[in-house]
Amino acid sequence: MSVVTRNQSNASTSSIVQYVSFWVDEQLLGVPVMSIQEVLNGQQIARTPRASREIAGLLNLRGQIVTAVDLRFRLGLPQGPDHTECMNVVIRHNGEPYSLLVDEVGDVIDVDQNQIGPVPRTLDAHWRSVTSGVVQLPSGLFVILNATEVLSFI
Amino acid sequence: MEDDLIASFLEESWEGVNQLDQDIVALEKAPQDKNLLDSIFRTIHTIKGTCGFLGLLQLGTVSHAAESALDLLRKGTRTIDKETISLILDAVDCIKEMLTHLETHNKEVEQIDEVIVSRLNDYINGGSPKSSGSQDPSTQQETAQMTTPASENQGGLDPSDFIGADGEIDFEAMDNAINQMAAQHRESLKSNETAEAASTPEQPAAEATSAKAVVEEETPAEAPVADQFAESAESSSGKSKETKNVAELSIRVHVDVIDELMNLVGELVLTRNQLLQMARGDDESKYAGPITHLNRVTTDLQEGVMKTRMQPIGNVWGKLPRLVRDLSRITNKEIDLEMTGAETELDRTVLDAIKDPLTHMVRNSADHGLEARDERKKVGKPERGRIHLQAFHEGGHVVICIEDDGRGINTSRVRDKAIANGLITSGDASRMTEHEIHQLIFRPGFSTAEAVSSVSGRGVGMDVVKTEIERIGGTVDLISKLGKGTTVKIKIPLTLAIISALVVESGGESFAIPQLGVVELVRLPFEEAQRIETIHDNQVFRLRDRLLPLIYLHDAMQLPSRENGEQGDINIVVVQVGEEQMGLVVDEVFDTEEIVVKPVGSLLKDLGIYQGTTILGDGRVIMILDVAGIAGEHGGMQSGSHDQVGGEADTYGNRTRLLLFDSGNNNCMAVPLSLVSRLEEFSANAIERNGESCVVQYRGTLLPLLPVHGLPPQQELDPQPVIVFTDGAQSMGLMVNEIRDVVDEELVISMQSQTPGVLGTSIINEKATNIIDTQHYLLQANPDWFAESQRDTNRQIMVIDGSPFFRQMIETALEAEHCNVTTAGSLEEYLEITKKKQAYDAFVVDLDLPHPASAEVLGEIRSKQEQEQTPVIGLTTRQSSAFIQRMQEAGCNKVLAKLDPYSLVSSIEELCENQEFLQGRTA
Repeated sequence: MSVVTRNQSNASTSSIVQYVSFWVDEQLLGVPVMSIQEVLNGQQIARTPRASREIAGLLNLRGQIVTAVDLRFRLGLPQGPDHTECMNVVIRHNGEPYSLLVDEVGDVIDVDQNQIGPVPRTLDAHWRSVTSGVVQLPSGLFVILNATEVLSFI
Repeated sequence: MEDDLIASFLEESWEGVNQLDQDIVALEKAPQDKNLLDSIFRTIHTIKGTCGFLGLLQLGTVSHAAESALDLLRKGTRTIDKETISLILDAVDCIKEMLTHLETHNKEVEQIDEVIVSRLNDYINGGSPKSSGSQDPSTQQETAQMTTPASENQGGLDPSDFIGADGEIDFEAMDNAINQMAAQHRESLKSNETAEAASTPEQPAAEATSAKAVVEEETPAEAPVADQFAESAESSSGKSKETKNVAELSIRVHVDVIDELMNLVGELVLTRNQLLQMARGDDESKYAGPITHLNRVTTDLQEGVMKTRMQPIGNVWGKLPRLVRDLSRITNKEIDLEMTGAETELDRTVLDAIKDPLTHMVRNSADHGLEARDERKKVGKPERGRIHLQAFHEGGHVVICIEDDGRGINTSRVRDKAIANGLITSGDASRMTEHEIHQLIFRPGFSTAEAVSSVSGRGVGMDVVKTEIERIGGTVDLISKLGKGTTVKIKIPLTLAIISALVVESGGESFAIPQLGVVELVRLPFEEAQRIETIHDNQVFRLRDRLLPLIYLHDAMQLPSRENGEQGDINIVVVQVGEEQMGLVVDEVFDTEEIVVKPVGSLLKDLGIYQGTTILGDGRVIMILDVAGIAGEHGGMQSGSHDQVGGEADTYGNRTRLLLFDSGNNNCMAVPLSLVSRLEEFSANAIERNGESCVVQYRGTLLPLLPVHGLPPQQELDPQPVIVFTDGAQSMGLMVNEIRDVVDEELVISMQSQTPGVLGTSIINEKATNIIDTQHYLLQANPDWFAESQRDTNRQIMVIDGSPFFRQMIETALEAEHCNVTTAGSLEEYLEITKKKQAYDAFVVDLDLPHPASAEVLGEIRSKQEQEQTPVIGLTTRQSSAFIQRMQEAGCNKVLAKLDPYSLVSSIEELCENQEFLQGRTA
């Protein structure tokens, strides 16, 4: 079921980019709306034995096979809820659809590009490689993921 | 716009030119065939005409000359002989080259191939008495060059085109061109273009091109190139009314459109399956009627769409006559190529896949199979050799036979060659039937041709043919009779997109096994489980007096086995892999289903155990197994588990399984996984620090912990990851920052190391990585580690191993045993060292040296009388029992797996003690 489909609304000011936010292990993360194909509720995921650990399995999106990526494992976070309970953020990478398994999808957040700060140097090298910036929201920190890097293990 | 025009010109020209080869060779056989000649003429003519229109001057010149030559044949001025045919073929080749150049560089060749043009012109002038004064070919070209600007400016009619080589105006060509223009105008008017637009030459052409992109008029074989315009031009001049009629019956559709349709039909089939499943249990359902109807329509639709993708195999055979003709000239043999069943249809994808293997096999038949002319005469065969290609349908498969009446396969020569190449042993050979020996030619690196010719004989090929065919689910069989000929039989599935598959379950997951490879299903009641027998940890099943090797699917997939509690029947899926059969043991066998094969994503492609994925009727995604890939992984592999982490063979061929870890400061190091006993994590307060050294209570004993050598003391980690190395009752732990990964890598030590504790540096995952020396740490943690085995014998051991890494590892291990070790990297080095007379108590030989170095080393060792009884231990990564047996015959007392220093040490101990005992007795 599609909760958020591609948001076509035009951001009037050029420096405002919309991000879809989601929680993974209590951390608010996000990727640009435009990079997202759609967001799905929990799906049945077929396991792919012997594939690398980052791959949670495959899911069927209206006849299209989507590779699900265990974002928690990818980010070195502890195991979370069952994969079928995770929400799926479907993005395209090299022409193939991938789904990032996240705990919960939040709001679409408008971010002024000038507000995006660099990733703190002290952050774990692994995290630094997959994040492209941090935004200070009144409610907390919003970490912007670099989707290409997240899928770079492929 | 210009580009569009050129692209469509190229597309049409290629199609025509490719057909030409076939037609011209056919013409050689049937010189009287007027239609054939006309068709060839028309093709060249169309190319020439379009060249003028597009301003492709050089191409125009060549095709014009070729056309003129053909015209003479058409008029009957010259007769068709072998030389003429060769000349025309050469001209066609020249045109092909120019087209390729145009395609790649997007512009015409600057320099024309003078030779061919002058040859053509000579031909035209030489034999035509009526020509009004022979003209120098260069003059003709000058004329053409002079008009270049004009042709570019106009972009329409090029007057130079209508001036023949003989200086006469070619009225026919001009006529056609004018007709073309007229047709174009008609076309543009039809598409409601304004008259103004129509007068611009590019516009209507572009218009027509875009219209053609979607649906183009199919041009039948008789007039392959003639495009829409030429078609109408010609029909208007009353030349080929027949052709026009055939053309109306078919349309040309872009392949993408069909592929898209195929995908949609695939989806429809899945949805239908879903509906059928829902309706199955419910006979009363009001939907039952419509669903049955939908079912029928879907099946018909599926067949219909599949049919559109079908193409006659003749399309692939098309270029073979030319190939055979060229070959017969090169090899100086007379070859007849017969083709039957060219109309047999195959799926486009399958057709693409068999194109190269087929060409290769015909080439093989012509080059190796058929004897030279006098050799044939001698044995009383007709001088002309015969190659017969045959295609026909046979129960869901297409069978293609390539048959020649040549010398057949010399069984004894193949056998000798195979033994010489080390493919089989003489023992194997004596057990093999003739047919089995013939199959050896499909093994990599096999060629019996005495000489490498320009055509074939490099020993690559037949194995590629086999792999290619098997990749698309086909099989290759070879039947040969010495002196009578050889027949290669290829059996391939009709289509690849929708296949029938068996759905099975193992380790809690469902998998699909393509039905094509499934031979039979065997169900063994639980009570009869003891009928599964073991040979050296490998399970086999006696099926009708035949031994069937078994692979447990859950093992292959690294899934948990079924709970011990619920012992059920044993299901064996007997699959055919190449020539062999294997039993795949699964937990449960379900239905067979028609599934749509979807390619595996880039993530899973490299695994080699999946062929694709599919969506079942109930919407589940499941993986389609690549049975051949799974069988390949288990080929001769021992399933016995080691006592170590991972529990499987640590080496795949040359690859070594390595554990990567972070030793602090983001410094990545590696250790062969086979040396690792286990991985642990200890909480910081469990680690007791005692001055410099750390220990932890572990399994009732104290485990000494050491940091990685040479690195500054790291901050305390909680929990602390530790790699444990164990030998007998003793263990030690190496404190690391983080366990990273386990990778299979070819282990090449690119840099030897001087640092203690580091064997050397290797490139892993494109990063320089230090390989640690476990022996160093073991000794450090327990200085008296090897004390118990210090029955200080000071044995002299010679180690011959090709890899510096293994050499050093063995050396360290043996030195810890207080052996005196000498190492050699090759046979030469060994001979150099042994010049100085010295006796060795034992030899350790790498059996994976490049063939046949290992055997030579063994032979060299055994050749000395005093060394006849000396223990020799072979080390290998290969685990085939045949290989081990061969090496034992060659002189090894014992063959051990590489990377297992413990068993090496104990084996040396044991063998040396035996030897000393024996010596003691004889003395």
